[in-house]
Amino acid sequence: ICFALLCHRTKLILILECQATKTCRKYVDLATNTDNANVKVLIDPKQFSRNEANGIIIIDKLQPRDFHILFVPRRSLLCEQRLKEKGVLNSFTNIDEYILDLIPYDGDLLSMESESSFRECYLENDQTSLYHAAKGLMTLQALYGTIPQIFGKGECARHVANMMLRMKREFAGSQTQILPVFDTLLLLDRNVDLLTPLATQLTYEGLIDEIFGITNGYVKLPPEKFAQKKQGEGGKELPTEPKKLQLNSAEELYAEIRDKNFNAVGAALSKKAKIISAAFEERHNAKTVGEIKQFVSQLPHMQAARSSLANHTSIAELIKDITTSEDFFDSLTVEQEFMTGVDTDKVSTYIEDCIAQKDPLIKILRLVCMQSVCNNGLKQKVLDYYKKEILQTYGYKHILTLKNLERVGLLKPQSTMRNNYPTIRKTLKLWMEDANEQNPNDISYVYSGYAPLSVRLTQVLARPGWRSIEEVLKMLPGPHFEERQQVPTGLHKKRQPGENRTILVFFLGGVTYAEIAALRFLSNMEDSGTEYIIAATKLINGTSWIKSLMDSPEENLP
Amino acid sequence: MTPALSKSERIVSRTNDYTCNEMRKIELYEMGWNLKDGLRECLVAAAPYGGPISLLKGHNRRSPSARPQLEIYSSSGLPLASFPWKSGVVKQLGWTVSDDLLCVQEDGTVLVYDLLGGFKRHFSMGNEVSQSQVLETKIFHSPYGTGVAILTGALRFTLATNIDDIKLRRLPEVPGLQGAPSCWAVLTQDRQSKVLVANGSHLFILDNTACTPVTPPGLSPQASSIVHMCVSFSYKYLALLTDSGHVWMGTSNLKEKLSEVDTKIKTPPKQMAWCRRPKSQQPSAVVMWDGLLIVVGECKETIQYHLDDDSILVPELDGVRIISGTHHELLQEVPGACEEIFKIASMAPGALLLEAHKEYEKESQKADEYLREIKEQSLLSEAVRQCVEAAGHEHEPETQKTLLRAASFGKCFLSNFPPEQFVSMCRDLRVLNAVRDYTVGIPLTHTQFKQMTVQVLIDRLVYRKLYPLAIEICRYLKTPEYQGVSRVLKHWACYKVQQKEESDEVIAKAVSVKLADAAGIFYSEIATKAYESGRTELAIKLLEFEPRSGEQVPLLLKMKKSPLALSKAIESGDTDLVYTVVMYLKNELNRGDFFMMLRNQPVALSLYKQFCKHQEQDTLKDLFNQDDDHEELGNLYVKASYKEQRLEARIALLQSAVDEYYKAKNEFSAKTTEDEMRLLRFQRKLEEEKGELLVGFSLHDTMTTLLSVGLHKHAEQLYKDFRVPDKRFWWLKLKSLAEKEDWEELEKFGKSKKSPIGYLPFVEVCIKHHNKYEAKKYVSKVTPEQKVKAHLAVGDMEGAAEAAIERRNESEISTVLSRCSATTDHLLMERLNRAKATAVKK
Repeated sequence: ICFALLCHRTKLILILECQATKTCRKYVDLATNTDNANVKVLIDPKQFSRNEANGIIIIDKLQPRDFHILFVPRRSLLCEQRLKEKGVLNSFTNIDEYILDLIPYDGDLLSMESESSFRECYLENDQTSLYHAAKGLMTLQALYGTIPQIFGKGECARHVANMMLRMKREFAGSQTQILPVFDTLLLLDRNVDLLTPLATQLTYEGLIDEIFGITNGYVKLPPEKFAQKKQGEGGKELPTEPKKLQLNSAEELYAEIRDKNFNAVGAALSKKAKIISAAFEERHNAKTVGEIKQFVSQLPHMQAARSSLANHTSIAELIKDITTSEDFFDSLTVEQEFMTGVDTDKVSTYIEDCIAQKDPLIKILRLVCMQSVCNNGLKQKVLDYYKKEILQTYGYKHILTLKNLERVGLLKPQSTMRNNYPTIRKTLKLWMEDANEQNPNDISYVYSGYAPLSVRLTQVLARPGWRSIEEVLKMLPGPHFEERQQVPTGLHKKRQPGENRTILVFFLGGVTYAEIAALRFLSNMEDSGTEYIIAATKLINGTSWIKSLMDSPEENLP
Repeated sequence: MTPALSKSERIVSRTNDYTCNEMRKIELYEMGWNLKDGLRECLVAAAPYGGPISLLKGHNRRSPSARPQLEIYSSSGLPLASFPWKSGVVKQLGWTVSDDLLCVQEDGTVLVYDLLGGFKRHFSMGNEVSQSQVLETKIFHSPYGTGVAILTGALRFTLATNIDDIKLRRLPEVPGLQGAPSCWAVLTQDRQSKVLVANGSHLFILDNTACTPVTPPGLSPQASSIVHMCVSFSYKYLALLTDSGHVWMGTSNLKEKLSEVDTKIKTPPKQMAWCRRPKSQQPSAVVMWDGLLIVVGECKETIQYHLDDDSILVPELDGVRIISGTHHELLQEVPGACEEIFKIASMAPGALLLEAHKEYEKESQKADEYLREIKEQSLLSEAVRQCVEAAGHEHEPETQKTLLRAASFGKCFLSNFPPEQFVSMCRDLRVLNAVRDYTVGIPLTHTQFKQMTVQVLIDRLVYRKLYPLAIEICRYLKTPEYQGVSRVLKHWACYKVQQKEESDEVIAKAVSVKLADAAGIFYSEIATKAYESGRTELAIKLLEFEPRSGEQVPLLLKMKKSPLALSKAIESGDTDLVYTVVMYLKNELNRGDFFMMLRNQPVALSLYKQFCKHQEQDTLKDLFNQDDDHEELGNLYVKASYKEQRLEARIALLQSAVDEYYKAKNEFSAKTTEDEMRLLRFQRKLEEEKGELLVGFSLHDTMTTLLSVGLHKHAEQLYKDFRVPDKRFWWLKLKSLAEKEDWEELEKFGKSKKSPIGYLPFVEVCIKHHNKYEAKKYVSKVTPEQKVKAHLAVGDMEGAAEAAIERRNESEISTVLSRCSATTDHLLMERLNRAKATAVKK
């Protein structure tokens, strides 16, 4: 038995390993999937002092033969020093780091899984995660060649690009020569587009995330809908454990429907059902031994497809229960009003009612922030009114959370500057009246009308270029820039006519599933000529994002 | 001193047994040194792979007046260093894999010198060794580095496998050992270093845990004692010499016997060594006595050489070097290709090609005949390969050239012959000839060179400070810059900065000029060297050239250049590095200076604040105070207040927060905090009076609780005191009363004045609590816009239809329609459809 202590950004994890020969892949699984039964979360290094005794005692009690400490994603001197002060550093046979910058989540998706990255960068002025991002990009370039063009928008983007250029100089001469796979890197700050994550995602995957929450590629669902009706077990009780499903493009059906607007999922599912049952009917046509053999050989695949269909039908039903509710409809209506600029400068009666009925706080915060963002700040009176309502209803302790939201710019009093959101909306066509949900022709389908600002920026960059929107770029926070990296002669990519350009889009501060869907939609567009690979510090949604910014002290009074 | 001409002397021993080895002895150098007594009474150690030779003369003399002299020479006998030995009695000299000299003293202390005689460090082989003294020592090489094995006066073995990472191991006792064992050797087997010991005719293997007796298979029974043993270069083979004069040869795991030969000499030899080239079919070992050298192999016959002078044997990968007071020779099995080509009357393709080329040079037509002969057997490519290979094994440049010319000639008649072997052999030979040169004195064979790699050869040249040659070789072999030229230049620079006589400016300039274009130079290492030799200013100058700011930081800290270190750390973007510097500064500076320095570096300051937030709240307060950041101070007090368990303490901290918020001109925060204090006091008062748990609740929850226990007046008081908006209070009261199912009170409340939230919520809340009867009471009060909804909520389809039709609202009609069921509301549906039709028309 061997132990490994991992410090995964905000978590120190003690891993109990049963075999000496675990592959790297396993480590990644363990590190990213903290639900794994073999993983015990012991110490949160950020609150190291509070919990360290706990962690250390456990180590002592176990009296193991061998302790290995593996820092993830990088060796931390600070952490080592703490261990040293506690006199336990010497009890480790091995101290090493497991460099885990970018974790592949799917064929076109990389994430650093650094949940507090946005908070650290914009609230705490701690740019550690950006350093890791730059390091990760350097590793990526070592593997896939120097990226000739770097575009960026935002302070953090600028910082990452600066670090990359500096690191490139540092590594001068020791780099392997690889034909570049990526043509362009686009670095985008989350605070350039604060609006998108606040909106409710309306793609299938986005809704799964909004409603149930996807963690590390897995979703936990209420089990009732998944009760297996097997023969002989008819009387068995319903399972109480939540149903856990892995979600990625390896599953054919999921790959097909994940990025669709939810309203188009039903049709896709029923079409698939027809195809599958037709395939099963084939058996009646199989006459010869050869035909039967061929049919049988396809059975496993067909059965997998059938169970996948059953799963997604159940999920879709669960989601439908919610999306057809009046609550959901009302809240969506208000969101869309804000996004189209209706009455954003007044106190919204809907929000008022929600507070009065003490709806979940995060829902309220999302809506208020959205109104503030869409109005480029709220009138002082309106803002104070909301704040007071929230504090009176949900408790004074949320005062720090509200201050945090103000500091990162999600909530703000209106300045003398005029509201430039309408200009941005019009120029970038952020609102499309006639979004086609079934057969989309524009990215706005992912929010049934709203086209995510971040993706619009990406789209414009690819064609016709940012020069056409200089004015709007100036309105958005942070600098925008372009850098070029020298590619060794002989490694210049000669693009064949018809060959796609590849753009790596890096979201600093997190990306939502709907944004990913929109970028995939752009990749698949017939005449786009551009393929997008997506990287992010973390996969987020409005709820997880707002949660990461909250600071609500615990009650200690007896 | 004249450069020795190397001449090749070929002794082909023709015996009855054809399979016997053919040996050759090549003179490498005529030694350049001038030793009065030759190697007599000297401790000698020569490093493998043509490494340096060290001599300690008169090491047995113990009088302080006559100090022994330690001398280091190149393989060609050129002096590299010489100094009087001032330390204790040396038992053994030896070389490490990185050309460092090890001197093992009687007390178990090992002194390490570089090959130019510079003292590097020393280490001890443990208390046990120093107490019982060193009896015998062996220095050995393994994949883990250079090791030292010691036999102590207490007849126990102590072993260190890698002197760079010393882990001393004391091996188990050898049973029945009375005096020093007759002989012993170190083996590397199964990734472990073991000792093989002979005590008389008994053999033991000592490993970490056990002493295991072993028997070599087929050892001749006449032997009563094993007097000498040696292990091959690769640790694969073992040779034992018995007192009966027999040499037993076999595998070192003692599983297989390869041969046994009688030397017919019974006196103990001076030295024995394996002399076998890799992949050779036959075993062969060399045994040396005074004036005599015998090669034993598979056959019964031995090959004998006469030695004029005291000599030592240096085992190599593919032979044995013999060093005497005047000469340096290489004894090795004749390489296959050379034998094929140079054997008398050989008809091998290589031999024919060489002949053909000779004739061609003479412009004789015979050339064609020879060529034809090779080509007829389609062996021309084989012939070329043989010539190229043979050239590699020849030491004489002329012979090399002849063979390569022949190969090149043969190549002309081949199409599609891959040129790589020929080209790389030409390159290798140029490099080899250069380092074999008398002035360099590294007599490597081609086989050894391939085994040791160019990288290591470059290192060896660098150790000898032969920088120009090393760079020439790197350039010639086109070694990638950062592993080749840059590396050599770095070593040069490290050496350069230690030259005391030149000024900082001159050296910095010289270094930067030389290293300017070289890629991948790590200036921090050079700067570290400069700092270590006491030249801080030079180090700082050199660090300026370092592109990796992360690398500059540790050295700058060491040199106490903390402000510079801090800004470099920030520049690198590596926050962990910034933390390192910050923590260092925190310990080094007094608090005031520390804060001042942070103040000038906002990045470091905010990182330090993060650290303090979790570790040192008090420091955080000081930091905010220093910056007059009242807003943050207020937040800090708020956070702290929640940690308090007593209400008074919490209120006191909240009061401090209020003060800070006022100072920060944050009216809103101050006011809400005051409200909270007021609420807390109110809650406590009520708790004391009514015994209802309230403290810590939000205003909203407090009111809900009060209403639920019927304390309406107190709730009203809060509603007024805290100016709760009417709407919210109505919602709250409505829900609380419904929750309590206090329908009477609810009705009263509903009638108290006009509801600011309308009456639809009344309907809905009643329905939610399954009271349709109460719900219906409010339907009539609902505004026209919400009528349809209200009717639907209480399940009154007719009413809903009425309302919808009255309002002529198409969507409302549709909503009602969708709720109708076809069986019971048939008539209603017809009416609705009609109304819908007219509504649409409009």
